[in-house]
This record gives sequence, C-alpha cells and structure tokens, in this order.
Amino acid sequence: MTGVAEISAAWAPAGAAVLLGVAAAAAALDGALAARADGRPLRAGVGLPVAETARLFRQRRRNTVSADVLLRWIGVGGLLVVALLKAAVVPLGGAVLADLPTGLVWFNALDVTVWALVWLVGWGQNSAHALVGGYRFLAQALAYELPLMFALTAPAVAAASLRPADIVAAQADLWFVLWMPVAFAVYCLALVGFSVWGPLETPVGADVAGGVLADLSGIDRWLVLVGRWTLLTAGAAFGVTLFLGGGAGPLLPGWTWVLLKTAVLLAALVALRRRLPALRPERIQAAAWLGALPLVLLQVLVVSVVVVGRS
Amino acid sequence: MADLVFWVLSGVAVASGVAVFSVDSMARATYALAASFVAVGLALLLFDLQFLGVITVLMMIMEMAIMAIYMIMFMGMNPALMPMSMVHDKRWAMAAAAGTFVVLAAGAVLVPWPDRAGDPADDLTAAVGEAIMGDKMLVMLTVSPVLFATIVAALVLALPSGRYARLGDHLGRRTAPARDPEGAGR
Repeated sequence: MTGVAEISAAWAPAGAAVLLGVAAAAAALDGALAARADGRPLRAGVGLPVAETARLFRQRRRNTVSADVLLRWIGVGGLLVVALLKAAVVPLGGAVLADLPTGLVWFNALDVTVWALVWLVGWGQNSAHALVGGYRFLAQALAYELPLMFALTAPAVAAASLRPADIVAAQADLWFVLWMPVAFAVYCLALVGFSVWGPLETPVGADVAGGVLADLSGIDRWLVLVGRWTLLTAGAAFGVTLFLGGGAGPLLPGWTWVLLKTAVLLAALVALRRRLPALRPERIQAAAWLGALPLVLLQVLVVSVVVVGRS
Repeated sequence: MADLVFWVLSGVAVASGVAVFSVDSMARATYALAASFVAVGLALLLFDLQFLGVITVLMMIMEMAIMAIYMIMFMGMNPALMPMSMVHDKRWAMAAAAGTFVVLAAGAVLVPWPDRAGDPADDLTAAVGEAIMGDKMLVMLTVSPVLFATIVAALVLALPSGRYARLGDHLGRRTAPARDPEGAGR
C-alpha cells in the first residue's frame, strides 16, 4: 500500500555502518566548528572522531573501587544498541529493515530505555560526580518526555497510523513540519535531550567533572560518546520520517533524500549548538510543563480537528 | 520458533524475578524487576498484540527508572547505597510467595481452556480493549484524567517550595521569598 518493503536482515550491518558513518560526519563537523571557534585550523577539528577513537581504543580501562561492573556494562553498551534499534524502523526510501505496525511506539519505548541506561552508567561507576550526572539525566528526562510523547502523537493522528511507512506516505502532498511546526520544534528539543547533547548535556557537564562520563575511559567512554552521537543521528532520521517527508523529493532516489535531509537536520543542530546556553534540569521544568506541554497539546488538538474536518 | 522465544522469555522473566530478592543492591533489584517485566511485555508480542507489548516495555522501564530513585532514597538505614538484603520476615514471605505461585499456576494449568470459536479480529488491540472494558469504556476514559488531576493537585498542595506553602493564605500576593531560590539568586 505504501510502496515500502521490508528488506532482508542481511542488510543490518550495512544499515549500522551508515548510521555510524553519518554520526561520525556530524561529530567531524562539530569538531571543525569547535576548532574554528578556538582559532585553530579547521583540519585539526575534522579529524576529531578518528583521533578520539584511536586514543580511546589504546587507552587502558580505569576501574573505580567497588564499581557495579554489570550495571555499568549494561548502560555503557546499551546506548549504541538502542540507537541501532531505533534506526531499524526508519524507512530509507522504499526499504526498511523492520516494518513494524507500531514503529512509532517502538521508537518511544527505546527513548525511554535511555532513561535507564544513562542512570545505570552513572550508578555503575560508584563515583559521586557520575551519580549526580545520572540523577540530572532523569530530572531532564521528566521535562522532555511528556512533550515528546505528544509531539510523536501529532503525526500519528494525521496519518491515522503508527507505522513509519504510512506516516511518510501521508506526507505525499504536504510535509507535516509545515502544519505542525510546534510538534517538530518540541521533537527537536527532546531529540537533543535524549541524546544528552548540546544545550541539554548537563548530565555530562563540565561543572560536575563530566557527570556520567566522569570515570569512564577507553572503550567504555568511546561507547558512550558514540552512543550519544548515534542516538542524535537515529533521532534526526526519525524526525525526517515523521515531519520532513521521509524519502520524498525530485530526481534522486528516496534513500538519498532521507540521508540528505538527515544530514541537513544534523548540521543545523550542530551549528545551533554553539549559540545556545546549557539548560540545567531544574531550570527547564517550568518551561517544559507549563509552556511546551500545553503548546504541543494544542498542536495535537489542531491536527485532530483538521483530520476530523477532512474525513 | 515461537515456542523457543516463549521459553527463553519466560526463563528470563522468572530468573530476573528471583534475582530481585537474591541480589544485595537496591539498584540491581529494581532493574532486575524491570528486566522481568520487559520479558513479559515482549512475550505479549507472541500474541500479535504489538501495541500492548511495546507499551508495556515502555511503561515498565520508565516506572523502574523512577522507582530506583525512591528505592535508593527510602529503603534501609543507609539510604540503600550499601549492600543490603532484599527480604524481610523470610519464613512468612516464602510461604506467601509459594502459596500465591501454586494457586495461580494451578489456575492456569487446571482451568478447562475453551477452543477457539471464530477467527481472530483484525485489530487485536482494539478487540482486547472492548473485551476487557466493554460498556465501561466511557467511565474509564473519564476516571483517568480525574485521577491524574488529583495527583497533580495533591502535589501542588504538598510541595514545600510550592506557592501554597510560600504564600500561605495570601495567594493574592504577587511575590513571596522563594524557600529555595533558583538560578542566579542561589
């Protein structure tokens, strides 16, 4: 019905490679902009993901006293897994790895899993700063999660389906971002929130000595850093699916459009990052519950009225 | 294949359920409980109840992530930061747990399950909702916002930093000193 076919699971490694590649490109752009801001040559920053990977792969793992190794390991390894599982339901043009009828709820369940994982990383290290970071993340999650849930509801109501492929198909005439801008804006903020990134990265902030990253080293630190970048990338790709028409576009095949739009959204987020202040969890609660939540509820109401009026 | 998935998920659910009481850390116990619930949620997928299965996973992880905070904050003398036992009154707890298990398991095994009459509905989630709620659907839909409003109202009244505690009977006053100043005023 929607022209989207599930492809063989043998493509999964290729999909994972694409996700990691796009995430690395975003990290390289971020490094380049950071280098320019510091007055260093751009080239010094572009190589950041590769240099950091090489450095962390050679670094010995540092262990804290009586760390809860099992829980730390679950949290550290889980973030990348969650990002991969999120990316699996994103239709790349006419192909998707997992064509779930409830793909939208699947995505939502996975971003709630991040709650548990980030806290487990913070707890597992048995280190005060890491634990503070873990608690900060849960407080931040309480602010962004409900607005995010209703922002996800808007496209689902408009498409009358929870299947990502149907949501893309419903945008054939008009991209959802054009008539649900509030939902898109809230989605982008929440995306930054569950990726522990940009203005919402106080759980790993310098003011708490790196927060959940405080006592991570070597491969553990690499996995968490990569987990954050891939969560951002998978979230951006899902945002393209929900609001920016997915693979719709002239001339080029659908999958190129998905990648292009994801790259543009990521680049915009990376460019904006340097212009925004850090938002501490306790400062955003009021704005989230008293501002964003009613606004996004109104957005869902508008969408529902339009849908009822159209049918 | 479905049989294998069922047995693996059931095994995980029971094993992590046992772990809840045998580990010595509040964090491990909470997340063992979460793992047990997640396995049950995933088992729902075997009934083709995709929405219910995934939403169960979502709710349980969210709930346990918050629950962990309270468990660590309030359990035990040393706010659960040190190793501690997860059981009290072992003998009676054991008897109650074993008794409950036997009653429930006997029910599941001994009840004469009916044969399937007719075909499964197209939308199983909607059909389950109808079957459980039926004509009480409207009541349930009304009760949940009322419950939610009650929780929010209770919090607003009880919060030490809320306006009722700060302003007392003089809610008309525009400002009052914050008990716990935020941001730059800190």
